Amino acid sequence: MSEISMEGKMTNSTNLMVPSAHEGEVILSVEDLSVSFKTDDGVVQAVSHLSYQVKRGQTLAIVGESGSGKSVSSLAVMGLLGSETSTVTGQVHFDGKELISSSADTVRRLRGLKMAMIFQDPLSALHPYYTIGKQLVEAVTAHHKVDKAAARARALEMLNRVGIPSAEKRIDDYPHQLSGGMRQRVMIAMALINDPELLIADEPTTALDVTVQAQIIELLRDLQKEFGTAIVLITHDLGVVADVADDVIVMYGGAAAEQGPVREIFYQPEMPYTWGLLASIPKVGDEGQLDPIPGTPPSLIHLPQGCVFAPRCSFRDQVPNKACATVRPDFVATGTNHAARCHLTKEQRQIIRLDRKIGK
Amino acid sequence: MIGMLFALSLITYVLFYALPVDPARLTCGVHCTPTAIAANRERLGLNDPFYLQYWYWVKALFVGRDYGTGFVQMHCYAPCLGYSWNQQQMVSTLIAGVLPVTFYLAIGAFVLWMTVGIVTGILAARYKGSIFDRGVMAITLVGFSLPSFFIGLCILIFLVVRWQILPPPHYTPPTENFVDFLGAMILPWTTLAILYAAYYTRLTRSQMLDTMNEDYIRTARAKGLREKIVIRKHAFRAGLTPIVTSAGLDFAGLLGGAIVTERIFSLRGIGSVSIRAVADLDLAVLVGVTLLGGTFVVIANLVVDILYAAIDPRVRVK
Repeated sequence: MSEISMEGKMTNSTNLMVPSAHEGEVILSVEDLSVSFKTDDGVVQAVSHLSYQVKRGQTLAIVGESGSGKSVSSLAVMGLLGSETSTVTGQVHFDGKELISSSADTVRRLRGLKMAMIFQDPLSALHPYYTIGKQLVEAVTAHHKVDKAAARARALEMLNRVGIPSAEKRIDDYPHQLSGGMRQRVMIAMALINDPELLIADEPTTALDVTVQAQIIELLRDLQKEFGTAIVLITHDLGVVADVADDVIVMYGGAAAEQGPVREIFYQPEMPYTWGLLASIPKVGDEGQLDPIPGTPPSLIHLPQGCVFAPRCSFRDQVPNKACATVRPDFVATGTNHAARCHLTKEQRQIIRLDRKIGK
Repeated sequence: MIGMLFALSLITYVLFYALPVDPARLTCGVHCTPTAIAANRERLGLNDPFYLQYWYWVKALFVGRDYGTGFVQMHCYAPCLGYSWNQQQMVSTLIAGVLPVTFYLAIGAFVLWMTVGIVTGILAARYKGSIFDRGVMAITLVGFSLPSFFIGLCILIFLVVRWQILPPPHYTPPTENFVDFLGAMILPWTTLAILYAAYYTRLTRSQMLDTMNEDYIRTARAKGLREKIVIRKHAFRAGLTPIVTSAGLDFAGLLGGAIVTERIFSLRGIGSVSIRAVADLDLAVLVGVTLLGGTFVVIANLVVDILYAAIDPRVRVK
């Protein structure tokens, strides 16, 4: 599993399942998930062999640049990718079922009831023509045979719970009458209204003010504590990750580049891309310029033959035989709960970390 | 809005006034003498300067007008659109007599094409790329390209003359005999509906495809709503605005007279009257029907604006 294959040809990366270090019942188990889209320019390999588990009450953060496959992988879990345009393979175990092979209707019945999702821009994610009350009520009645009054009472309760002031009045407002933060609260209320076991939050704070971001994250954390929801948090904000995540997957070019408990990702990162991400966080008191990762993300239509990150990696010369350019590294365990996709040896990585003061 | 109608009436009036014809000569007959023409001119008020003629016409709209000299005296009650010397009739009476035909034609065709167009458009969008969708796209392209006189004549020749499936249409007012009325209208309705349904199918389809990509559609699916509800309640509602705009204007346009269809099926509606007025250079009737058509468009615009507010809460003013 952990041996680097030296055939020269691109091998499919192993889909190593990295166990979570935390206690608890596994709510969601994604195994060897791959997603591709057929486009006029060719096949876009948006997600390649992704595996992860999320346990009850835990938060898994998926971080990466735009186009790294973090959103697409979550939409695939939710069954929200159109079957005409995309091909999804692998397994998603949730609620005792395997979702990829299940019928569209089976997955639909789980959506909104046992697994819910919130999106990046709450203004465009809420229907502009319906009141928030109506949209919340619809989320209840889609899964429960209750009368309108009961559903509305539940909607009101959730609006109060997510901190909408004077919710009795606000419930009849349209989305455009609310502020961005309020709209995202409404989205959260809508997602959690049926008390789901899993919440996927796709960059829930990206479109919001910084002050509001903190409130929304705080709210999510409170609600998670209260309901024991498992959260998959998609973000590129490492500050948020450090704040709320239990486990982290760093995605690059559609695949997991590194995965591990949040402390290890921040204090003992094993992969040059993660190093780059950490180095590009602005720090208070730091003089001079930020340290961005050079280059641009790879095209998902023509992925590099070797390591996907190699063209941007400053350490590729340290690996013998130009292996970085020719051999795709496997996803290899570097600790009990930690894995990374890199040709550098453990010693080399340790030296580089010390040298560059990476991870503390 | 009133200003638009005013401008419309003025432009129409100027346009026809500028025509190199002499209504006095036209209404005179075969054995005409210069004296008769002069008398006619006086009688028609053509000796007055243009602005006065227009002023009298506008005034008549609001307070009515007296026509005739000597032994024939007529009063045209407001809203008076003038008197047609060709038809020997008040224009308002003339229009009132034929308007119901045009109205029935328009409303029947409208209901037909909206139903067919929207339902087919939604289905085509939902099963985009399927054989059904491709077939619909091909058929609508043909339907949309065919001129109405071609469709109308084909229907008439094959269904009525050749195969004799339907009796030759003979207009009967619905108040008299509703079944005969339907029998007479079904073919003109179909003719108009084929043309418009093709357009509305394509419009609905493209609108639906646009809105299906919106984030709130993804949210609706994420809630676990059935696809049927996602499409009907969320996507269709959001794509409705351009459809309503087009529908309002097309309906108003038809009320102004479906000239070709009315002629083919021998329906005496606004369209037939307009065509005849053009042939006769009957200024009073022409200005009358033009103003009427314009009024319908203006009213349709108003209705569309009100519907906007009903559809989209963001348009509403507190």
